[in-house]
Amino acid sequence: MSAEKRPEIDALTGTATTGHDWDGIKELNTPLPRWWLITFYACIVWAIGYWIAYPAWPLVTGFTKGVFHWNSRASVSDDLKELTAMRATMNEKLAAASLAEIERAPELLSFARAEGGAAFAINCVPCHGAGGQGSKGYPNLNADRWLWGGTLEAIQTTIAHGVRWDADRDTHTSLMPSFGHDSLLNGPDMSDVADYVRSLSGNTPEEGADLAAGQSIFIQNCAPCHGEDGRGNIELGAPNLRTQVWLYGGSKADIMDRIQNGGGGVMPAWASRLDPTTIKALAVFVHSLGGGK
Amino acid sequence: MHEEVPGLPLYAAAAKVYPQSAHGVYRRIKWILLVVTLCIYYLLPFVRWNRGPSEPAQAVLVDLTHRKFYFFFIEIWPQEVYYLTGLLILAALSLFLMNALAGRVWCGYLCPQTIWTDLFLATERWTEGDRRERMLKDTGPWTIARVKEKTLKHFIWLMIAWWTGGAWVNYFTDAPTLVHDLAMFQAPVVAYVWIGILTFTTYVLAGFMREQVCLFMCPWPRIQAALTDENALNVMYRYDRGEPRTSFKKSAALRVKGEHPGDCIDCGQCIAVCPTGVDIRDGSCLGCIQCGLCIDACDTVMKKIGRQPRLIAYDTDVNVARRLSGKANVYKPIRSRTILYAVLIAGVGLVMLSALAERKNMSVSVMHDRNPMFVRTADGSIRNAWTIHIANRASNSRQFMIKTESFDAAHVEAIGVSSAADGWPVVEVGPDQIREVRVLVTVHAAHLPSKQSLRFEIVDLESGEKASATDNFVAP
Repeated sequence: MSAEKRPEIDALTGTATTGHDWDGIKELNTPLPRWWLITFYACIVWAIGYWIAYPAWPLVTGFTKGVFHWNSRASVSDDLKELTAMRATMNEKLAAASLAEIERAPELLSFARAEGGAAFAINCVPCHGAGGQGSKGYPNLNADRWLWGGTLEAIQTTIAHGVRWDADRDTHTSLMPSFGHDSLLNGPDMSDVADYVRSLSGNTPEEGADLAAGQSIFIQNCAPCHGEDGRGNIELGAPNLRTQVWLYGGSKADIMDRIQNGGGGVMPAWASRLDPTTIKALAVFVHSLGGGK
Repeated sequence: MHEEVPGLPLYAAAAKVYPQSAHGVYRRIKWILLVVTLCIYYLLPFVRWNRGPSEPAQAVLVDLTHRKFYFFFIEIWPQEVYYLTGLLILAALSLFLMNALAGRVWCGYLCPQTIWTDLFLATERWTEGDRRERMLKDTGPWTIARVKEKTLKHFIWLMIAWWTGGAWVNYFTDAPTLVHDLAMFQAPVVAYVWIGILTFTTYVLAGFMREQVCLFMCPWPRIQAALTDENALNVMYRYDRGEPRTSFKKSAALRVKGEHPGDCIDCGQCIAVCPTGVDIRDGSCLGCIQCGLCIDACDTVMKKIGRQPRLIAYDTDVNVARRLSGKANVYKPIRSRTILYAVLIAGVGLVMLSALAERKNMSVSVMHDRNPMFVRTADGSIRNAWTIHIANRASNSRQFMIKTESFDAAHVEAIGVSSAADGWPVVEVGPDQIREVRVLVTVHAAHLPSKQSLRFEIVDLESGEKASATDNFVAP
């Protein structure tokens, strides 16, 4: 632009205008405050420093690493290390205390519940549900009926060694025979025994049900595991049939289905994946859900 | 981007303000308030308050480690942070009320920025001289005397700033111990860091930025402009009396002729003393913090030339208009705006006082399990689970019995708790602690209540004091 062009001065304020004119409205050319300008330049300098110091530029096959080689993964792992160090004292106490001691000490109990809850959310929720409420075939851990025992130690053992988990020698094993497939019982017998089993937990039997026949079939075929009174056997993982809590459902059709097909659920042995302290914390957590014995 | 205009600078340097010393009633008020507020700030952490052996003995203490706030007889826990909200609401409403009555008195007399700037200005005057001297020196050459003066000034400024930071950290831990540790270089690093930060900000804000903080950084001038009205007292040039401005000589000549020139002799004293560098005669503006120093300056001049003082005064727009139309002054401090603010302040204050008076040194809160909402147990009973937090604010360990009301046949147990009284679980909570307990309430199917609301009550076994919380029992 030509040097002889002088800025137009606004008469009222004495300030130069930008020379622009919008329907008679002109813009004052007010200079920036110096502090503002200095701050602006400082920001530019800072930004350049940032580009150099940190990963910033995408390249064709990668990105600039920055002089500090900082990355978010390393940062997270540092944080985790710090967290582990922070929890070390409590974890040591947890490792040293017995399960019963943990439940009696309020501080340890709440720490174990927090740690157990976190481990539960990662490892157990897919089968047992977010609140440990289970579903058909997957035990409800809040209820007070336990297949393999509901004491702290029993729960710990079950978590560590699993159920029907062949890779673990100490795993719980037992088998409900498939009375139908293997022709151990015929159809009417299965119906009678199902009626009898339902009556054990106080259900009104169907019309025409022969409970006496059912009972005699039960004594012969089921009592060895479930007991003559049907209260089950924790040693064998045989469920107590005299409760309102049914793992595979409490309708006659559900019970018939179990008698016909037999079998049982599988749970991994967690000792191979989790450290003993975490298993301890998990045992305390599950026990404290409310159903613990 | 607009065209570059030749001959115009890219940036505008802020014009430096050289406030001149003023003498008079408002200056005296400002000195008194400066001493009082600074004494409170610097000495308050050293005031002791006996709360018993296990509690801190400092009257005002922000205990970040234990997450407690102590203010004389009040002790606030994180869950009670609404008291702080209440205090902030009270502070805002008080500011509004102050503003409705007398404009920006807060800015002019009590704002920390004003107080410290005033202190720094006093130092500047003491080392470098008053306005004219400083202006002369700043345009003149660097002499040894000038370097000495400047060095002394910055040294004193830094001392004040450092002391300000030192007082700040005392609010967060036991002050006498900290002072000792600081002197021995044994205090925690964070203390030195905060002293450094506050030293820096005090030095920069009060020494260099001064009025620019009010002009560019502070939101209050903008808010205040929307809150003030024509009845609020503001520092005002009474143009009805002052205009037309005439020099002293000319006005004397005019008076001889029998004419009536304005009282303002355009001496510029009001501008010279202004800490923000505004001309009050242009009317109320964003830059005016209403400190009243121009009133003092103008009164001094008026006295000298034998005219009535208070050509500049705390006045209202209403009165200026009334005088112009020949009416008498009125001042209405009681009007709908001030009544509303006063009522709101009283309301919030009463709510806070009653909350404080009703406060117990124990409390309970309950949280129902969300998943599952209820559990059917082997015998067909329905069980609900809660996480219960019991807070014991006393300085001794206490035993609390957890009771439920509303259901007769409820069985209550707490995980990890073996002791009981009358069949209810009893938990011990340490001094000044919150304990989390998992509580299970089981009701036999035959007794399932029609009314599902369930009240938890905790009872201090020793004193019988009670606190309760209500929730719902969920059944299929």
